[in-house]
Amino acid sequence: MSLQRMPYICARCTVRTYRALRSPRSHLSSPFARQRRHLSQPDQASRPFRVAIVGSGPAGFYAAYRLLAKVDDAVVDMYEKLPVPFGLVRFGVAPDHPEVKNCEEKFTEVAGSPRFNFIGNVELGDSLPLSVLKPHYDAILFAYGAPKDKRLGIQGEDALRSVYSAREFVGWYNGLPEHRDLAPDLTTGENAVIIGQGNVALDVARILLSDVDSLRQTDIADYALAELSRSKIKRVRVVGRRGPLQASFTIKEVRELLQLPSVSFDPIPRDLFPPDDAIAALPRAQKRLMQLLAKGSTNDPTTATKSWSLDFLLFPECLNWSPIFPYRLSHVRFSRNELDPTDPFLPSAKVSPKYLSSGKRAQIDIPANTFFRSVGYKSLPLPGLSDLGVPFDDSRGVIPNDGFGRVTVPLDTEAGSRDRLPDGSLISHLPGLYCTGWVKRGPTGVIATTMTDAFSTADAIAADVARSGHSLLNSAGEGTGLGWEGVRPEAEQRGVRATSWEDWEQIDRAERERGQRRGKIREKFGRVEEMLEVI
Amino acid sequence: MSFWKAVSLNFLRHAVAAERISGSQPARFLSYSSRFSRASRSSRTPMITYRTAKQQIWRQVGTPRSFSATARVQHGHITPPKPGEELNVSFIDKDGEKYDFQVSEGDNLLDIAQANDLEMEGACGGSCACSTCHVIVEDPDMFDKMEEPSDDENDMLDLAFGLTETSRLGCQVVMNKDLDGLVVRLPSMTRNMQASDFQSKK
Repeated sequence: MSLQRMPYICARCTVRTYRALRSPRSHLSSPFARQRRHLSQPDQASRPFRVAIVGSGPAGFYAAYRLLAKVDDAVVDMYEKLPVPFGLVRFGVAPDHPEVKNCEEKFTEVAGSPRFNFIGNVELGDSLPLSVLKPHYDAILFAYGAPKDKRLGIQGEDALRSVYSAREFVGWYNGLPEHRDLAPDLTTGENAVIIGQGNVALDVARILLSDVDSLRQTDIADYALAELSRSKIKRVRVVGRRGPLQASFTIKEVRELLQLPSVSFDPIPRDLFPPDDAIAALPRAQKRLMQLLAKGSTNDPTTATKSWSLDFLLFPECLNWSPIFPYRLSHVRFSRNELDPTDPFLPSAKVSPKYLSSGKRAQIDIPANTFFRSVGYKSLPLPGLSDLGVPFDDSRGVIPNDGFGRVTVPLDTEAGSRDRLPDGSLISHLPGLYCTGWVKRGPTGVIATTMTDAFSTADAIAADVARSGHSLLNSAGEGTGLGWEGVRPEAEQRGVRATSWEDWEQIDRAERERGQRRGKIREKFGRVEEMLEVI
Repeated sequence: MSFWKAVSLNFLRHAVAAERISGSQPARFLSYSSRFSRASRSSRTPMITYRTAKQQIWRQVGTPRSFSATARVQHGHITPPKPGEELNVSFIDKDGEKYDFQVSEGDNLLDIAQANDLEMEGACGGSCACSTCHVIVEDPDMFDKMEEPSDDENDMLDLAFGLTETSRLGCQVVMNKDLDGLVVRLPSMTRNMQASDFQSKK
């Protein structure tokens, strides 16, 4: 092999370059990196493409992952309200599903890129207005998810005791600081009722029904373990307003509940299922789910210590309190529904109220001492979205977008750049503004869905960069391209204490150490102050 | 002199490789999980082994290895096939490009794809808890030769995009002699529920 024609490169330099690239974080703070960044600023054409991602859940991280891979000079700043990343992977995924959290490994790998900055403990729209970001970025991607949940709108829902939102309960046992002080009282009686038949409802049911000892080694919060071990709940009813075919839970979660040791399952009345030949003709996923539900659990109800049921075609009317102990919930009154008789087994079948022959609504009282509503998460407009001209669809709870994540505005407004789609229709979108995840398509789907969705948004951003260059959010020559470096002085002025990825790594280590002392994977810090203390 | 040039060029090659990885290509050896892996993986270059070893030392000194309830799956790490025992497997990516590999018995399709930088995600790290490593077996006869998918695998497949009669999860298909010559297709990942409202903008 001839080396004569190859350029000479000093070995020491290559080692330094190599080390700098292999340890990306120190690279960022090295004089070498500072110099390079400094040199790159005056020249607009060669400066990096700066993207702000709002939110550090799976949507944000998968979008960052794809973007860094597709746009060579993209530099991503990820803003997060808390000092800790991963959003619902950390605070939503059930503690007994640790394998689902393995995607954190990928996110950690993404965060190791020298082109990625994590800016934690910064609540955009609250402690730092969104408008501060605009001049310093070429694109802003909203991936802040769905921070609230839908309400039932029934009487008694706002009671201070015995009535909980499943989202808050999940946040509570997962160590979400926002719900650290929820303090649910699970000792008021044997019966729990959960309204809603999604996977969150089944997660709550599973946590209530599981043997506490089986949760001890998970990363469930210690205070939650203590409360759950005091729980008197023996019977959980998961109630939906439609039938089995219209329920939104997935088969894995149902199977897990059916397989819980010494927990029995009330068989579902046969007439709620389509006839056998119709089940066999269903699409595969529905067919398997129906077969599983019809089969039920093999656990013997006479020896089981706890039980659960799926109750269909019931609509909650009101909560009723004990006449003797006015703070104690006694039962929930439901109205019966019936499925649209024309095609009751269609997944989209509607329900209507069921009436008795007397003309009265058919009703039923179900005993309940603890009540959870679990009828879906809801996204809200981030304060200050309108300052950027970003609309919000309140009815669907999403930022209007073109399906690829480009934020769209109605055609009759002045803002936005018009584009003609291949089919000839006009569309008006706001250059440089994107959304992904639940705030883009609503609060549904598993991590795989969010990943696909985040990839499609990142691909759209990459396509726009390829087409229009860096000047997306700000017109050419106007943006500073400084990113976080430009935002930081403003943030510091407002007293915002931003945290970095290294800070998170310290928190992570401290949490794992705390956990190890208790024989758990980790023991999360339940309060932001506790997180900040270990940094 | 030429020795130093060779050394420096060798370093440069790694530096370029590192740059590519830090650009978040799916190269597994820098992944978080590799910190838990053995330092004695045979196919690694000295520099990378050095780093792995260094990280292990750091882990031992800094934080004791933590307890994990999940079986931490070794992913993206495949064993080089022994001469004469190579099994053939081909992947067709979503652009229709075909990639042929010779692998050894016992490797699963997710590991093979990731070790070869194919665009296949394993969000749950190969623990059968997501559907991101969905593959479609081209030949139905080959599909029949495989072991029946478990309930857990089928439950995950039910959520996969573009499910077919011969769909499997890559992490659950372990190569064996019967599967020599297996051809699988990676499904298109571009399904987007709202995108159907608009024609492709490209």
